[in-house]
Amino acid sequence: MNLKNLTALGYGLLFAGLLLAPFFGAYPVFVMKLMCFALFAAAFNLLLGYTGMLSFGHAAFLGGAAYVTGHAIKVWGLTPEVGVLLGTLGGALLGLIVGFFAIRRTGIYSTMITLALAQMLYFVALQAPFTGGEDGLQSVPRGMLFGLIDLKNDLVLYYIVLAIVVAAFLLIVRTVHSPFGQVLKAIKENEPRATSLGYDTNRYKLVAFVLSAALAGLAGSLKTLVMGFATLSDVHWTSSGHVVLMTLVGGLGTLSGPLVGSAVVVLLENKLGEVGHFLAGVTNIEWFNTLGESVTMVTGLIFVICVLAFRKGIMGEIIAWLARRRGAGTGK
Amino acid sequence: MEIFGISLQGLLSQLLLGLVNGSFYAILSLGLAVIFGLLNVINFAHGALFMMGAVVTWMAMNYFGINYWVMLIVAPLIVGLFGVILERLLLRWIYKLDHLYGLLLTLGLTLLIEGAFRSAYGVSGLGYDTPDLLTGGTNLGFMFLPNYRAWVVVVSITVCFATWFVIEKTKLGAYLRAGTENPRLVEAFGVNVPVMVTLTYAFGAALAAFAGVLSAPIYQVSPLMGQNLIIVVFAVVVIGGMGSIMGSILTGLGLGVIEGLTKVFYPEASSTVVFVIMVIVLLVRPAGLFGKEN
Repeated sequence: MNLKNLTALGYGLLFAGLLLAPFFGAYPVFVMKLMCFALFAAAFNLLLGYTGMLSFGHAAFLGGAAYVTGHAIKVWGLTPEVGVLLGTLGGALLGLIVGFFAIRRTGIYSTMITLALAQMLYFVALQAPFTGGEDGLQSVPRGMLFGLIDLKNDLVLYYIVLAIVVAAFLLIVRTVHSPFGQVLKAIKENEPRATSLGYDTNRYKLVAFVLSAALAGLAGSLKTLVMGFATLSDVHWTSSGHVVLMTLVGGLGTLSGPLVGSAVVVLLENKLGEVGHFLAGVTNIEWFNTLGESVTMVTGLIFVICVLAFRKGIMGEIIAWLARRRGAGTGK
Repeated sequence: MEIFGISLQGLLSQLLLGLVNGSFYAILSLGLAVIFGLLNVINFAHGALFMMGAVVTWMAMNYFGINYWVMLIVAPLIVGLFGVILERLLLRWIYKLDHLYGLLLTLGLTLLIEGAFRSAYGVSGLGYDTPDLLTGGTNLGFMFLPNYRAWVVVVSITVCFATWFVIEKTKLGAYLRAGTENPRLVEAFGVNVPVMVTLTYAFGAALAAFAGVLSAPIYQVSPLMGQNLIIVVFAVVVIGGMGSIMGSILTGLGLGVIEGLTKVFYPEASSTVVFVIMVIVLLVRPAGLFGKEN
């Protein structure tokens, strides 16, 4: 089977699995949360993996949009679709502002700028009256979609979130393969050359930034709708680090990487306690029982291992392995 | 005496507190700049190393009764040695890669270090008493000067300028600057560059730990104390530009003072003012105040 068919099969199985998941005992809210993070990571990867810009401020777009959606639905009493739309626009606007400053410098400076601006938003969220400070926005109602469909039912919301996330993912795939996406790739490979070919690279970078921020915002808005709250932890820089990790684990610059990476990271964090108890049972080392409380350390360890030994990530390695095998098969 | 409805005493004490914070910014951004110059790594772990300096000081007092003055020397040595291990074992594998991997690796190390200390000491602050010699304050007539804060400012500025002197005016510093410009050529002249790189990282780590020891009696010692600090220091580095040692020192001190003044005149903005300044600097002079345009 060639690579293209294999990819199609993989996505087909994933989609079918997600369609059927609620009937096989998967907890819809958990899977929805997973999908939100997958979209978040895919949006982030559009910037890092395909444009070569490391943003360390994506928490601002996720968390900022989550606050906008929460506020719009809870305080202004708007319908969920308008709330999500406003949240996404909010993410895009924040992306425009952060991106505008980030592209004034290149490389690592640009990363530090995104981090600093996101931290600024964190402090604003901590102090501003409309975010609820330390408590965040609690019990945001899901409301009625278009005034017709009641979203209180987890299953109904599940399929709506699935549809939106799939659509957003297809948009990312389309963007990557479009002429626009090719220019982004050129910028990633060699920015001066892209400039010399007549492309206004800064404009392309800014558009990529806004698009990525808008999609991250969409993820944040959906998350508010699903979980019913928006809190400070989404805007904190650790949330930016989180999305970097998901993308790195899954595979930088691969379309499927962020999906796999986010699933691995979220599952690991949720199940770490159980893994610890299991290890403690097997090895009789008491310390493993406390593993569930050491999520930060485990996250750090994965970072270190990924950077030192596993830079292609899970999907990157698989793709490289398939390519090698095919090369060997045809005698090349 | 009052200025704009704010007492002179209050203004001056905030100014001093700003200078104290600014001293920490200066020491930390200095270390970041030196490390980045030679290693091409943005050391995210700088905040964690700062925290280690403070926590190690606290541990020495609490478990072994070793006092502040000893730890002022010993803590940077311990953390510097830790830096040697980090550099030899982990960092040296990534010098040839894109900058972003250096940031991500040190971020991972930060999470590991902070996580380890957190599982041992939790997140609440650990109290550390000001050393007897520096308790109390001096009445200068126009203000009451807390001795410890004055000490922090004086010793930090001394250390900063000593570092500047070593790097800009001595032979050792000349090697370092040459290594920053062209490591291969320096190696061809018989200088052991890998050892120099290791020692540079250790020195940066020791500087961060030194600031950590100084901060122990002022800030609450806690495993997460370096977390937000490092991001402010990143902003300081963007504002100053990493090209010049003196630039790092002056930017750090200056921003500390501005932050202190903001606390007096508009306290709500005190946590964001450094970032606002960063935005303005990026608009006016994208390369940073002391950076070179390229």
